[in-house]
Amino acid sequence: MLKIENLHASVEDKEILKGINLEVNAGEVHAIMGPNGSGKSTLSAVIAGKEEFEVTEGSIKLDGEDLEDVSAEERAHKGIFLSFQYPVEIPGVSVTNFIKTAINESRKARGLEDMPANKMLKLIREKSELLDIDRKFLSRSLNEGFSGGEKKRNEIFQMAMLEPKLAILDETDSGLDIDALRIVANGVNKLKSKDNAVIVITHYQRLLEYIVPDFVHVLHNGKIVKSGGKELAIELEEKGYDWLKNEAVVE
Amino acid sequence: MAYTEEELKKELETKEYEYGFYTDIESDTMPVGLNEDVVIAISKKKGEPEWMTLWRLEAFKYWKEMEEPEWANVKYEKPDFQAISYYSAPNKKPKYDSLDEVDPELLDTFKKLGISIDEQKKLAGVAVDIVMDSVSVATTFKKTLAEKGIIFCSISEAIKEHPELVKKYIGSVVPKKDNFYAALNSAVFSDGSFCYIPKGVRCPMELSTYFRINQAGTGQFERTLVIADEGSYVSYLEGCTAPSRDENQLHAAVVELIALDGAEIKYSTVQNWFPGDKEGRGGVYNFVTKRGLCEKNAKISWTQVETGSAVTWKYPSCVLKGDNSIGEFYSIAVTNNHQQADTGTKMIHLGKNTRSTIISKGISAGKSQNSYRGLVQVNSRAENARNFSQCDSLLMGNECGAHTFPYIEAKNKTAQIEHEATTSKIGEDQIFYCNQRGIDTEKAIALIVNGFSKEVLNKLPMEFAVEAQKLLEISLEGSVG
Repeated sequence: MLKIENLHASVEDKEILKGINLEVNAGEVHAIMGPNGSGKSTLSAVIAGKEEFEVTEGSIKLDGEDLEDVSAEERAHKGIFLSFQYPVEIPGVSVTNFIKTAINESRKARGLEDMPANKMLKLIREKSELLDIDRKFLSRSLNEGFSGGEKKRNEIFQMAMLEPKLAILDETDSGLDIDALRIVANGVNKLKSKDNAVIVITHYQRLLEYIVPDFVHVLHNGKIVKSGGKELAIELEEKGYDWLKNEAVVE
Repeated sequence: MAYTEEELKKELETKEYEYGFYTDIESDTMPVGLNEDVVIAISKKKGEPEWMTLWRLEAFKYWKEMEEPEWANVKYEKPDFQAISYYSAPNKKPKYDSLDEVDPELLDTFKKLGISIDEQKKLAGVAVDIVMDSVSVATTFKKTLAEKGIIFCSISEAIKEHPELVKKYIGSVVPKKDNFYAALNSAVFSDGSFCYIPKGVRCPMELSTYFRINQAGTGQFERTLVIADEGSYVSYLEGCTAPSRDENQLHAAVVELIALDGAEIKYSTVQNWFPGDKEGRGGVYNFVTKRGLCEKNAKISWTQVETGSAVTWKYPSCVLKGDNSIGEFYSIAVTNNHQQADTGTKMIHLGKNTRSTIISKGISAGKSQNSYRGLVQVNSRAENARNFSQCDSLLMGNECGAHTFPYIEAKNKTAQIEHEATTSKIGEDQIFYCNQRGIDTEKAIALIVNGFSKEVLNKLPMEFAVEAQKLLEISLEGSVG
């Protein structure tokens, strides 16, 4: 589904990603771990198409299509979803209004009519129950005055509504207490299928107890320095990252 | 193509005025220049009684001695008042019995504006008195209104048909010598609307008027007078668009509202005069005096969405004369390219237990300057006066400006005055967030701006809110893609 080859990306002439190779197939869950400043968030932003980052070398392909000239909104229409580490506030725009706009814009891009209101309502009811979201929450301004947990739950709610092909969860566990973490993880697990894929970006192994990865990759200094199965996450939890910093690049 | 600050700015700059067309309707235009003879000629042309002519002449006398105000935070080349034609009326101006009789080209113009009269007629509860080039050409729903004793007509008609009301109230809230532009308007006003709601009557529909400037070099000077008698209620809508012109056009209107004991007036405006091109050439000078007087237990709400004009100078105000009276001001002012707006309100608390609310939302883009200027004045006898003001500014790009000039004068110790102000900027992060959810930059800006303006948009009557939202989008979006 997603194929990243020798990806180099920089911001303001500073190279952050220095040759990433990653292949994600439908039905898989990949975890990307690594210390602060290793390039995890940059990788997710680059996949999502943030223009601030310049891809200097290599390629990102989704279902065989090179995404180089594909805008962020078009990537979203193609099914890429990024759950933000720090979701932004949009005062005066309700969660419902925002998700309605997002869904209908994606439908428009696919040549579909707006989703009928009753269908939208049903979908909202269904997905908010899945994530244990209070109906009142849906009429609040997007992320304005939300707690850390509410923000993350809102991200996963949007993911549930948009049903992406590829979901990237960027530090979705940060700022979550254990109950919220469980709800969010359960939500993600219920949305998982053989047709979609999830990339979980995280610092800690904690989230991976709930969302069990098929593959774990360790990012350090803009490169994937080690890949393995879920046991790698446990090893990292015990030993920290230092022992990997001198490892050679895993091809 | 994702978003950068630079691109956003470019997009905003490329926005062209959508309603830039000119209707070729024969007009009866007076030669340029202004003197006593012109004032008399205008009055004569309109068949006014002598008292009105004298009233105009007195205003003209004051105006000659006055100077154009310079205190506003706007820069512009002062109009040459001797180079303006002060009267222009469509040639064919009989009152029509049906729309079929209306000049088809005129109807076409309204269609271009998206305000087809057919549609308007069908729209439940909207009576439309259309002012095009200063003279009313079509009035609907008049009968329904007449049954309730409501008078809704052009001011010219009111001068002839209801002189006792006009005589009593015209100039009572905005005196002839109130300010330079009000004096000018008093001398030369061409037409406008008049509305009277009798005691205890609740006007069953929103009253609305559309204005257009449609004649090269023609200044437009409307005069609006709304009187809500004791215990009555009326919601009045005013909306306008203007065709594209190279030279500057002057617009100096006066609106007077009178809310007698226990009456309520809701006055909503959507203003979309030609703002000038992206280099700042052309555009309307909008120097308006709007003021309402509240007697005991009365309430006046001003709601405005200002997106047009090259220069705006406008402060819809409330004089809270009666005890327990309420004044409200809800405003969205958008400036783009080289537009300049200096707008706000005055809340004058004279009576006891008077309350006022001010919510002002300024949105600046391009190289524009957007100023809020508001006065809250509590008189020494105004016991327990309350005011709440909130002024929010939203900036797009790095070359525009947002300014807030609040004036607070409290002469009574029991006054409670609150003022809140915020300034924010549409950030790249907000745009990227929207992009990531499949919402393109243009739509994202519209979403953010609408969210920012929501508190004010919510105050508009439903059908107007939709139009206003559309206008906000048109005013701020470029032709993306």
